[in-house]
Amino acid sequence: MGKRIIVDPITRIEGHLRIEVEVEGGKVKNAWSSGQMFRGIEMILKGRDPRDAPHFVQRSCGVCTYTHALSSVRAVEAAVGVRIPDNARIIRNLLHGAQFQHDHIVHFYHLHALDWVDVISALKADPAKTAKISENISNAPWGGTAYYRDVQQRIRTFADSGQLGPFNNAYWGHPAYKLPPEENLMAVAHYLEALRLQAKAVKMHAIFGGKNPHLQSLAVGGITSVRDLVPDRIFQFLHIWKETQKFIRDVYIPDLLMVASFYKDWGAIGGTSNFLCWGDLPTGDKEPESLMLPRGIIKNRKIGDVKMAYQEKVAEHIRHAWYKKDEPRHPFEGKTEPLEEEVRYEPGGERKLFFGQTKTGKYSWLKAPRYEGEPCEVGPLARVLVAYGKGDKTFKAVVTDTLSKLNVPVDALFSTLGRTAARGLETLVIGNAMEGWIMELVENVRNGDTKTYESWKMPDKGMGYGLNDVARGALGHWIEIEDKKIKNYQYVVPSTWNLGPRCEAGKLGPVEQALIGTPVADPEKPVEVLRTVHSFDPCIACAVHMIDPDSNEVYKIRVV
Amino acid sequence: MKKEQDFYQRLEQKGVSRRDFMKYCTVLTATMGLSASYVPAVAEVFAAPKQRPPVIWLHFGECTGCSEGFLRSMYPWIDELLIDILDVEYHETIMAAAGHQAEENRERAVEKYAGKFICVVEGAIATKYNGAYGKIGGKTFLEIAKSVCPKAAAVISIGTCAAFGGVQAAAPNPGGYKGVSDALGIKAINIPGCPPNPVNLVGTIVNYLLLGKLPAMDNLNRPMFAYGKTIHDQCPRRSHFENDEFVEEFGSEEAKLGYCLYKLGCRGPETYNNCPIVKFHGGTSWPIQAGHPCIGCSEPDFWDKMTPFYEEM
Repeated sequence: MGKRIIVDPITRIEGHLRIEVEVEGGKVKNAWSSGQMFRGIEMILKGRDPRDAPHFVQRSCGVCTYTHALSSVRAVEAAVGVRIPDNARIIRNLLHGAQFQHDHIVHFYHLHALDWVDVISALKADPAKTAKISENISNAPWGGTAYYRDVQQRIRTFADSGQLGPFNNAYWGHPAYKLPPEENLMAVAHYLEALRLQAKAVKMHAIFGGKNPHLQSLAVGGITSVRDLVPDRIFQFLHIWKETQKFIRDVYIPDLLMVASFYKDWGAIGGTSNFLCWGDLPTGDKEPESLMLPRGIIKNRKIGDVKMAYQEKVAEHIRHAWYKKDEPRHPFEGKTEPLEEEVRYEPGGERKLFFGQTKTGKYSWLKAPRYEGEPCEVGPLARVLVAYGKGDKTFKAVVTDTLSKLNVPVDALFSTLGRTAARGLETLVIGNAMEGWIMELVENVRNGDTKTYESWKMPDKGMGYGLNDVARGALGHWIEIEDKKIKNYQYVVPSTWNLGPRCEAGKLGPVEQALIGTPVADPEKPVEVLRTVHSFDPCIACAVHMIDPDSNEVYKIRVV
Repeated sequence: MKKEQDFYQRLEQKGVSRRDFMKYCTVLTATMGLSASYVPAVAEVFAAPKQRPPVIWLHFGECTGCSEGFLRSMYPWIDELLIDILDVEYHETIMAAAGHQAEENRERAVEKYAGKFICVVEGAIATKYNGAYGKIGGKTFLEIAKSVCPKAAAVISIGTCAAFGGVQAAAPNPGGYKGVSDALGIKAINIPGCPPNPVNLVGTIVNYLLLGKLPAMDNLNRPMFAYGKTIHDQCPRRSHFENDEFVEEFGSEEAKLGYCLYKLGCRGPETYNNCPIVKFHGGTSWPIQAGHPCIGCSEPDFWDKMTPFYEEM
């Protein structure tokens, strides 16, 4: 029996996550991932107006804002049988693209970077050297000795104040931090610049969505921001897109490569086996053929053998989750009853209990989704691998280029480092594609096409689903309408795939699998554990999945 | 004085002139409903704080949208809030520490700054089964809130979840979620919205730092400077309402003309907030400008009382 470590709260994520690992011989030997909060939004949706669903489900998460609204509005559109106009498709894609840009920048700099970057070490840097390094590797629009001296002074003032705020009591000085002081200073400067940039980038969401988080311009049948479909607003969007994409190209990607070059050993740590994508960003009417991010599944790391993915093959397991005994079920046959009195809280009890030792074997509010019985990683790495495996030229080019720059083999993608790199690469690719979409919109407006909405009528009955790929991975929403009301609504969410517990067969979830073998130098300061967990960009509020307890019939759904 | 000079120098380097900064302070002062004589004092709060005021930010039953909204602050920029203006001792979304080190930060800050820190709470508190449906570090939200909130100088409930329970408290409220004041039996300052405009949070904090007291509040404990008037009474589409000019379908000619959204279910007449005046993201837009009816997101129980959203009131 090795040493047990509990990390709770896992910070710099969305939601309440507890990770427990068992360390033996300086490496993780076993791992448990646990969602610590239950809200039950799907129960709340029952009996409501289907048109309201996108607003409710968008509140699953304010970090993944927009994404659930998009999936939901698509599911309802499929159920009522309406096809949205071209402009609505393009604007939705633009908002989705902006979400990828924004979300991934925030993840890299504000949620993940401090696992690799030692803020306090930056105080020892020579600003002149940092300026040189910065000029060599990035095309940042700022820099120079004076600039870096100023940043350093700002951090010093902050540190000297004795009020370290968000940087207090972290793992600074840990031997696992490999960047020299100069590189740390550059990264800290970019951390601050990125804070400001992301606040600007969301103006893209405001232009066609009213605000961010929780955009308010999607409606079943199209989008509402018709008065923003005018040249000056489109060009305002283009302007902000340009600044954001320039940051991605000139700062984010070079920073990613710089950091990766010091942590190549992480190209062999934290990998998983299976990868699932539903795909997204439709370039036309046909699904999945027109999706820019392709649909597919890879098993056992066979990149050359991408198969089509089908939603019918998904089942959710609850053997190790805090729900009443049930067999694995497809979401549509789902039945869920959260444990009640059994989970009653006793102060102090839980803190002493390790998950591996609970009597019931139950340890999470997350279910365990499986594809043909297998756990699958979803997210940027899955998308990049599927696109690469399918021979997508754009993705292939950026992946090959990155691998050669870092001088690592393709297999290095199956890792914590690969996951983090894939996130940056897809941001670049998606961001680049957005310019063409903006021009498409301009072309439509030029030709007098300003249609943004298609009329429709609420049927008495209907069913539909929306399969998407969003910042954190594969997302599906399913709806059944009866008497013009929601009879059943459910969604299977990226972080449920990535951070769910063991399944009926005892197979570990992706993050649990990825943690096995992770080195831990100091059990008191498990920065290495955070690296792998953060590389999945966890979003736990989304992930706690709740199915209507009364629907247990099997039915087929109409594919639109 | 030296500090103040440094501050303006820094602003200059960031491409912000002293004049722009004073302009911002004027806007904020006006938003807060203070007279123009307060502008220099507001500037002082940002320019040279003697000790940065400690903030403990708790996350409970929420989606992190309010934190994300706070990160979008442009007046002042979020990096200035985090590094130069406030001392954010505990904030799970951005803090570097994790696990027991994070908990230590919280406990130590509560101790060290007892009676002095601002406690911002995001999210509702689960109360069923002794609070079992929501935990951090093995303690329930309820337990953490009870140990932190009473020791704060002021408790600010950011967002509709913390203020009134929010989405997880909508019927049938499976986890027994409640807003902070309700769960703890205290009187927190409510800054509702889903999420609220960060300007309203910053304005409240500045008011506190400046005058040493909280802004004037309404009967729901919302700052009057932000929640004193309805959306409807400040709406730029109001004249269309008076003239019976309504949008009856999205994307229609009437929608293109910017007519009133009342018939599509706009909740502006029942909703108190300053969205039409302040807008979001440096005045870029707000929901009605984006052609969508207001859903009443800053009102108590809006998920039950304002729905179905698309039916006329």
